Amino acid sequence: MKYAFFPGCVSQGGAPELYPAARMVCQRLGIELEEIPGWTCTGAGVIQEKNQLFGDTLNARNFAKAEQMGLPILTICSTCQGVMSQANHRMRNPEYLAEINSYLAEEGLEYSGSSEPKHLLWILIEDYGLDRLGGYITRQLTDLKIAPFYGCYIVRPTEALDIADHPERQQSLETLIQTLGATLVDFEGKTRCCGFPILTINQKNSMAMVGKHTSEVKDLGADAMVTPCPLCHLNLDGFQPKAASQARRSIDLPILHMPQLIGLAMGMSPSELGMKRHIISTGPLEVKAGLRR
Amino acid sequence: MDVTIRVKRQDPEADGEGRFPYWQDYPVTIADNATVLDALIQIREDDDGTLSLRCSCRSAICGSCAMRINGHAGLACKTIANTVVQDGVITVEPAGVMPVIKDLVVNFDMFWDKIEAVDPFLKHMGQEPDGEYIVSNDAMLHLSGVTACIMCGACVSDCTVLEVDPTFLGPAALAKAYRFTADPRDGDAAGVSMERLWALSEPTGVWDCTRCNECVQACPKGVAPMDRIMAIREQAIQQGYTNNNGARHTDAFTESVGHSGRLDELRLPIKSVGGFTNMPALMDYMPVAFRALRRGKMPPIAHKNVDNVEAVRRLFRQTEPDPPVPQVSNNSPFG
Repeated sequence: MKYAFFPGCVSQGGAPELYPAARMVCQRLGIELEEIPGWTCTGAGVIQEKNQLFGDTLNARNFAKAEQMGLPILTICSTCQGVMSQANHRMRNPEYLAEINSYLAEEGLEYSGSSEPKHLLWILIEDYGLDRLGGYITRQLTDLKIAPFYGCYIVRPTEALDIADHPERQQSLETLIQTLGATLVDFEGKTRCCGFPILTINQKNSMAMVGKHTSEVKDLGADAMVTPCPLCHLNLDGFQPKAASQARRSIDLPILHMPQLIGLAMGMSPSELGMKRHIISTGPLEVKAGLRR
Repeated sequence: MDVTIRVKRQDPEADGEGRFPYWQDYPVTIADNATVLDALIQIREDDDGTLSLRCSCRSAICGSCAMRINGHAGLACKTIANTVVQDGVITVEPAGVMPVIKDLVVNFDMFWDKIEAVDPFLKHMGQEPDGEYIVSNDAMLHLSGVTACIMCGACVSDCTVLEVDPTFLGPAALAKAYRFTADPRDGDAAGVSMERLWALSEPTGVWDCTRCNECVQACPKGVAPMDRIMAIREQAIQQGYTNNNGARHTDAFTESVGHSGRLDELRLPIKSVGGFTNMPALMDYMPVAFRALRRGKMPPIAHKNVDNVEAVRRLFRQTEPDPPVPQVSNNSPFG
């Protein structure tokens, strides 16, 4: 299995532990990743609010390069997934696609419209197979109570994400947590917003969202929350101390990147997976999983 | 079809336990093509006359029966029951955000207050035209996408911002505002609603939206409120209302990617809060930055360009939007 790898900016910027963890996990699973050369940001929905054409053209450029590689696209970011899917959805309009291709032509690129970018989460379930993944599990995580947190763009809007054809995507994270042998802590907020997009605009609201979701999960007895979205991770982990002080309570809920939980189940060590870089200590979770005393 | 309708009930005016929310199961046998509303009406008529709900047209046009079905807002009359059954159960709750009056009936006061707050009527600036306002078909066709709103409150119910901040204008009112900012008859002679765009750029306005898409998903009429909010942002930026963190954030983000191909995560928050002239905001980020630094999490100081960055910069220049074009003539052809 080989994919054109689209890592996204945050996995190498604000959440630098994600990129190597994802690469390592994929390598062990036999998923070959070839990074799209010179890939650009998807626009994260931000560029699209100012200049949708520019944002979509950037995505078409990445897609065209993956087409040249002859490989399907794999991403490790919920936000990238959503923005790529939305751009792709708009480019089903042949006139729009032609306009975008007219800009790409100068660089000798053309996007035919064939790309179907997929998050590693979906790939594991739809292409790789959960049984095959199960064969790599060497560590018992039954004692770990894990809550899912998707990130908006991998669940909405359903039309662009082809949810009608793939209803299993709506439970994909819960399915993965259970496949990995951890105990699922389900909660209503799992598909809500983490507040990251308004962090610099309305910090109070952003922190209220972080506080609400992490406290709710903590109070349900979870040991950690797992997310396929590095932007959610930045807010839920990096800003959790601030959210806790705004909420006037302690929270201390470790937040795991999805590949980190997979790696733990596959027997990798927390330090290999970059868990030392988290703001909220993963220590108590490691003790509970029997990884250290 | 046999199904259990699990209803979240509450009577805040009751004396006993019923004051607090509780779940009640109603096993029902319904037709295969029955809607969730059909099932609820059947329960009210045949099993339990105390169950309260709002409904009227049963045809997805009156907007009375918005509620949460399996956790997400929608119209009960537009939802075919057998498409939403999960393990033999359909859960039904009152719409979110707004206070419950009883069972599935919520108080819409805040909804209407917000609609009123955006002045939901045409405001023409300057001299009134002598005769009719002539508006292009295209402009009206575009507006019909927003005027399709039936005020059901589904978008407000599921808004992630209103859930934590009731002062936010919210998706329904902001979509309503767009209905006017995009109307060529509103605002000045060029159809630019300067005053509205200024007000909507203030706190509680368009920049407080998280872009979570909940309202787009919830809307039964395809109004896509969030997309309208993004369109107002674009209109406001074009008119120069850029002295706020939201506009600065969008601008700095686009510039960063347009210049280097990828996001400069270190400089983005600094530029968003207004640069080094806004020391209080920057100081506020310091503890977070120190914690990140200690864990080796800071984005690289030197931001690298992607390969062949010139191609990206050229795309950025080429796709730059044109300045706004006046779409209206206020002079009647009948003079």
